[in-house]
Parts: sequence; C-alpha cells; structure tokens
Amino acid sequence: MSKKVKALALPYGLWMIAFTLAPMALMAIYAMRSSQGQAWTFKNFANFFSPLYMKVLWESVYIAIITTAISLAIGYPAAYFISVLPRKQRDIFLVLSILPMWMNFLLRTYSWMNILGRNGLINKMLSAIGIGPVSILYTRGAVYLGMLYNFLPFMIYPIYAVLIKISPSYLEAAKDLGASSWSAFWKITMPLSMPGVITGISMVFMPAVSTFVIPELLEGGHTMYIGNLIQHQFLQKGDWNFGSAISMILMAFVLLSMMVLNKFDTSGSKEDALW
Amino acid sequence: MKKTIALLCCVLLAAAPFSGCTKARSETLYVLNWGAYIDPEVNDMFEEEFDCKVVYTTYDSNESMYVKAKQNSSPCDVVFPSDYMVEKMVREGMLYKLNKANIPNMANIDPKLLGMDYDPGNDYTVPYFWGTVGILYNTAMVNGPVDSWGILWDEQYKGNIIMYDSQRDTIGVALKYLGYSMNSRNMDEITEAEELLVSQKPLVIGYYTDIMQEMLIGEEGALGVTYSGDAVYSITQNPDLAYSVPKEGSNKWFDSAAILETSENKEMAEKYINFLCRDDISLMNAEEVMYSTANKNIEAELRETDWGNSEAYFPTDEIMDRCEIFRDPGEFVTVYSDVWERIKSK
Amino acid sequence: MVKRLEKAYIYALLFFLYAPIGVLIVYSFNQNKTNRVWGGFSLRWYIALFNNRDIMSALYYTLLCAVLATIISTIIGTFTAIAVDSLDGLMRVVYVNLNYIPVINTDIVTGISMMLAFAFAKIKFGFATMLIAHISFCIPYVILSVLPKLKQMDPNMVEAALDLGATPWQAFYKIVLPDISVGITTGALLAFTLSIDDFVISFFNTGSGVTNLSIYVYSAAKKGISPEINALSTIMILVVTALLAIINKRALSNNSKRGEK
Repeated sequence: MSKKVKALALPYGLWMIAFTLAPMALMAIYAMRSSQGQAWTFKNFANFFSPLYMKVLWESVYIAIITTAISLAIGYPAAYFISVLPRKQRDIFLVLSILPMWMNFLLRTYSWMNILGRNGLINKMLSAIGIGPVSILYTRGAVYLGMLYNFLPFMIYPIYAVLIKISPSYLEAAKDLGASSWSAFWKITMPLSMPGVITGISMVFMPAVSTFVIPELLEGGHTMYIGNLIQHQFLQKGDWNFGSAISMILMAFVLLSMMVLNKFDTSGSKEDALW
Repeated sequence: MKKTIALLCCVLLAAAPFSGCTKARSETLYVLNWGAYIDPEVNDMFEEEFDCKVVYTTYDSNESMYVKAKQNSSPCDVVFPSDYMVEKMVREGMLYKLNKANIPNMANIDPKLLGMDYDPGNDYTVPYFWGTVGILYNTAMVNGPVDSWGILWDEQYKGNIIMYDSQRDTIGVALKYLGYSMNSRNMDEITEAEELLVSQKPLVIGYYTDIMQEMLIGEEGALGVTYSGDAVYSITQNPDLAYSVPKEGSNKWFDSAAILETSENKEMAEKYINFLCRDDISLMNAEEVMYSTANKNIEAELRETDWGNSEAYFPTDEIMDRCEIFRDPGEFVTVYSDVWERIKSK
Repeated sequence: MVKRLEKAYIYALLFFLYAPIGVLIVYSFNQNKTNRVWGGFSLRWYIALFNNRDIMSALYYTLLCAVLATIISTIIGTFTAIAVDSLDGLMRVVYVNLNYIPVINTDIVTGISMMLAFAFAKIKFGFATMLIAHISFCIPYVILSVLPKLKQMDPNMVEAALDLGATPWQAFYKIVLPDISVGITTGALLAFTLSIDDFVISFFNTGSGVTNLSIYVYSAAKKGISPEINALSTIMILVVTALLAIINKRALSNNSKRGEK
C-alpha cells in the first residue's frame, strides 16, 4: 500500500524533470555559449558586469525595494485592522481586497493611465478647483503607484494569514501582566507576525524586481529595467545567449535575496509550508 | 468540488460559440502582420471565398517579426517586412521566390513602388502600405511652423515631446538632424547622435509606439515622432493636429507582403497576397488603416474622403525626394542595438 | 473612535483598489470612442464586444486554459501531495525543494526557460505549450495548499479504515478526500486565479493565433485600447462578484447545517 502511494509521486517527478529542471539546465547552457560560435564561454556573464547593465540592475532593485517598503507600510496596518474585526466583517473585507485580482492585471494597470494622465480624472478634478495640471503619468511615481496597486494584496494576505492564527490568549496574558496594548503589540503580535511579513516581502519584491510591463505602460520606457532588458534580448535582438545569462543572474540575485530574507525568519518550523 | 468543475465546464461551453473558431475549414493560413494593419473584415471575406481559415497574429517591430520567423517555432506563412528587413531576409534566404503568375493583381500596384533596391525584380515582395516618418504636432500647443527636427530639442517643449520606441527610427532622426545619413556606419557620427539623444531625454515624456496617437489626440503631449499613416488617423480624431516632414530630410518606408521559405502552404499564401491587391480589398484596408496604399487604382476614391486629400497621405515628390530608405546594416545592427540600450538605460 | 479610524483606513484602501475598476465600468457606458471625453450613456460597446472576434477568441483561450490548467494541476497536485506526505528522508526534501522552484523563480525566468525548452525540442508553439506552462506553475501551489492539510490529518484514520476492510481507493475517497478538501479547493482556486491573471509566462510560450486576454490587452494597450474591453471588464467583474456571492452563501448555509449536526 505505502509503496503504491509513494509511486504516485512519480508522474510529477517526471513532469518536473521535463518542464522545470531541463529548461533551467538549458538556460544555463545557453548562457555559457557564445552567440557566434559553438564555444563555451563566460563572455555573456562578463558582458553583464559593465557599468551600463549594473545600472539597469540597480534601477530594478531600487524600485523593487521602494515598492516593497511602501507595500509593507500600507499593507501591514491593513492586514492588522482586518484581522481584529469580527469574523463576518473580516471575511467580507478580505474577499473585497482580493476580488480585484480576478480582473486581469493589465486591464487594471491600463485603467490607471486614464486616471493619471494629463487630461485624466485626477487632473480634471484638480483643475476644477483651480490647480494646474500635474504630471503623474510617465513618471517614476506612476510606476510605484502601479506596482503598489498590483502587488499590495500579496503583502496583505500572508500577513493577515499569520495574524489571525496568533492566539488571543497571548495578548490577554500580556495585558494581565500589565502591558499596555501598544507594548503588547510590539512585544507579541509584531514578532509573531514576522513569518507573514517575510513571505509578503518576498512575494512583492520578486515580481517588482522583474516587471517589464508596468514601467513600459506607466513610465513610457524612460528607464530600462532588467525585465525589459531580458525581453529585449529575446524578442527584439534575438540574442538568446546573453538573454539567458541575464536571466540566470536575475535568478541568482532573487535566490540570494530570499536566503538573506529567510535569515530573519525566526519561527524556524517552516519546513513544507509556503506561509 | 464536482459542482465547481461542472460550473467551470459550463462557463467554457457558454464561451465557445463566441470564440469565432467554430466553423471547420479545409485549410489554414497563418498570417503575421503589424498590429492594426488590416480591416478585420478582409480576413473573414478571404475565409469565405477560399474556404481557408486565417490565423492572424500581430507584431510590433520588424525585429520581433524577424526573430519569430527565424526561430520558426510557430507556423507562419505570410509576413509584412519593411524595406531593410526584406533586404536582410532575402540575403538570409528566408523569403520564398513568388510565382508571379499566381499574383495577377500585382498589376494594380503603383509602378513607382516596384523595383526598389531592396528587391529589384520584386521577386520576393509585393508592396502593401508605405509612408514617411515625421512630426505629428498640436498646432494649438506649438508656436510657429514645425519644419525642423530641432524643435524636438527645444527647451520650451519640455515634457511635451514623445519619441518613437524603435532604435532605427529614433537614432535615424538624430542622424538626420545632424545632417548625416540615416544609414550611417561612421562611429563618430553615431556617437554624436547618441549624445544628442541622451541630452534630449529630460525633455521627453516617453518612448512609445502606437499609443502615441492616443496621447497626441488626448493632448497628453504636443509633439511626437510618428509614421505618416498614424498621423492621418490622428488628425481625423483631433483637428488641431498637423503633420510635417522636416526639411533636414527623413525616412521613407515601404512595407510589403512576403511568403516565408518555411511556409507549408505557399499556394494559399499567394492567393492571400493576390487578394490583398484586389482593388476593393485595397480600398477597405486603406480606409480602415489610413496608411498610404500601394494600389494605384483607388487614388480617386481616397482623395474623396475627408482625410485622404492631404500631404500626409499623398506626399509630394519633393517630400519623397528628401527622404531616404533604410538599408540593412548587416552585422552593424548590433552597434545600433547597443547605442539604443545605452540611450534607454541612461 | 479607534475602531472608526481603522475602518476608515480599510475603506480608503478599498477605494484605492476599486477606483480603476470603477473607471473602467463607467467608461464602458461611454458613447465616445476615446476614454477621455464623456459623450453620453450608451450600450454600443457591449454590442460591439460580442462582434469582436479578437476579444472573443482571447476570452475563450483564457478560460479554456484556466479551466484545463486548474483541473489537471489540481488532480496531479493532490495525488503528488499525498505521495510526498508518505515520503521521508532525502526524497521528500528533493520533492519539496524542486516544487519550490517555480514558486520562487520570477515569472520571466520561468517563462523564458520553458520557451527555450520548447524551442529546443522543436515543439511548435501554440495552445499546448501555453497550457503546459500554466499547469507547471499551478501544480506547486496546489501541492503547497494540500500538504499542510495532510499533515493535520490523523494517520490512524486511514489505517483503521483499511483494517476494517476498506479498499485503498475507498479509504482515499471516504477518509482522506473529505479531510483535505479545503486544501484542494484553496489550491484549485489559487491555480485558477494565477492562470487567468498570467501575462509573462503566456507571452513567451504562446504561438500563432493563440492569444489570451493579457496578451491581447498588452498589444492593444500600445495603440489605445478599444472601448469593448471596458465592457468586457465590467461583465467579468460582475460575473466574478456573482459567483463569489453564490459560493459564500452556500458556504455559510453549509456551515450552519454542520453546526446543527
């Protein structure tokens, strides 16, 4: 019986070899091949470490960090406030905060272009009270807004999931021992919610660092980010080797950040669970 | 769980009739064309007439079409490369030598557009649409005449300028403004153009392709570098807009229909190209797309429309004479790509 | 007082999340073609929507892909999770970690690596490649949703059932499945959401004529989206809201029934 059950893992094992491992290996091979000849080379990687591409990487990391920080600052209180509501309201607010994700993210991003534009809704309202047009669309600010908008639920949900599991008895005990609700929050709720925070950070940081659609639409391609650079190599230049090398570097970078981030996760027992 | 699956299946079944892929056809033709470059009705008509399903996909640059065709990773029969891309694809043996007997409607094509340098005998391509690159601007927002590329470097239009998101076109504009050829292979000239474009970045709203029309129509910007056909359409939507080909000269371009060597249905592909050259079909496409048509028989009809009788749609010989055609830079293209990456990332 | 502030915060946040959707809905009734000027109330874009072949075919492929990917990944994911739960030692570590790869990789890396593989194997790009890609990134989420539920299960239950003469299949169907059904539903829902919202992975793994909504919007957004898409968004959001309301109502009534027992 047990053997039969174990055998059920086989199909997915084969699937992973075909569609996860083999593609990764292929990407590594492409990255180490020269685009001209058939020789093995590290040139593709070396090319990336030029000031130009370092700047591309840095810009991507920079906007990802800022986006993640803003998401945390806005998302944590939101998750907390929802978690302390009575159960029924809690469910409603949670569903309401996730519902927009069921509408295509590109559609929602496109809609922002109508709101932020020079003749968009915001400027129409501003001009009605006599304030001149402000440029929001086609600036870095619009990119932050667009990313915050798209990724905020990824921050709220994991934090919320951890917060509702914290036993209220801890807080009661703290209060019985004379802690103010403020210090009870800092000393108990905050540390216990760290796993959720860390999951939230990685779930926002990852898509933010590699996005190429949001800047393309909301910033007007002013700045090249690493996602745009990869896309450009594969679809416009047709340089799959260099494109693979950049992808490998992006992958290594993300893995490294996740490892560093997990160092802060003190909960220890996270073996199989995503959050 | 079962109910959920049943529900999902219902949704799927309900959606199927709308998908437009219900009718069985005996053959399938794969067409890869520029976005918004045909009257969709034309494909329906072709399907009816030739009992052949048309699978229609779009692209947004010559380069991305080339990569797709080169990879041959998805079936594709008919493509619409521009001049310099035709040259490159012919050189690399990617285009099929047309059997002209199967394309009698080629007689409808304006002879001026035949026998160009990129395909001297028109062995591989049949002209489709053509035009120029110029400045589309809002006369209410711009003072004085627009007759020089220099206006794109004018400080007073800071935050009002939109550039085209395409390496050849944008670097070409800078080269022309400096008085060089758009096909320059001189590193000093190209570096000079690069510096000029980098210095322009603070004035520019962004680098866009097709959406630029919407932006200029909606007055999100005052000046944009764009194709003549897009300009014609935009002017119909916002009468304040006007189009000008600067005196320093510009680019003239010709998009042609061609068949890939890897095509598995060349006969039907030739029928499709022949169909596109038919007068009524050319007229439908021209009226929908508003780019300058290659068909010489429909000028009178087009001149009667409220947009056709314009210099943007029918440029004078004098305008055409100061424009040059892009040539395929060969291996030198990587220099352009690198320059473009540098401009975009600075 | 504090409670009110908290609620105000949540409402402000919801306003932020729904503002763009509201704008799309309002403009879907706009008589004008351009989104920027209001030309009076009209239903013309709803009629135009059903005649727009491109949008309808994009919608069809999106739903077909999402439904198939959800069903297949839920089945594979559930059985794999059961198997992995019975594994221990190195094999378990290998499975759990490999399963994480698509989760922690960025979309663009996952999408491109699969594109390379399909191109290398000379598989023609089209609906099949897109579907395989979707299934691949959905399965890990199903497994991650089901595994914790399996852990919480009392292993003695299955043994007891088998001792009492149940076939393994009966034991699975009668004991395991009801216990992990919440995990399976969560996984399926997650898979469906991810599939329907995906752009990057589909973008790199689709072929001639197969366009999903994301890809359609991406290429359409570059030339100014036609207002039909506003109408489609409105319909989609209404359908989703209605579905959720039905599911919620049923869940609530189920809960109360269970409570009575």
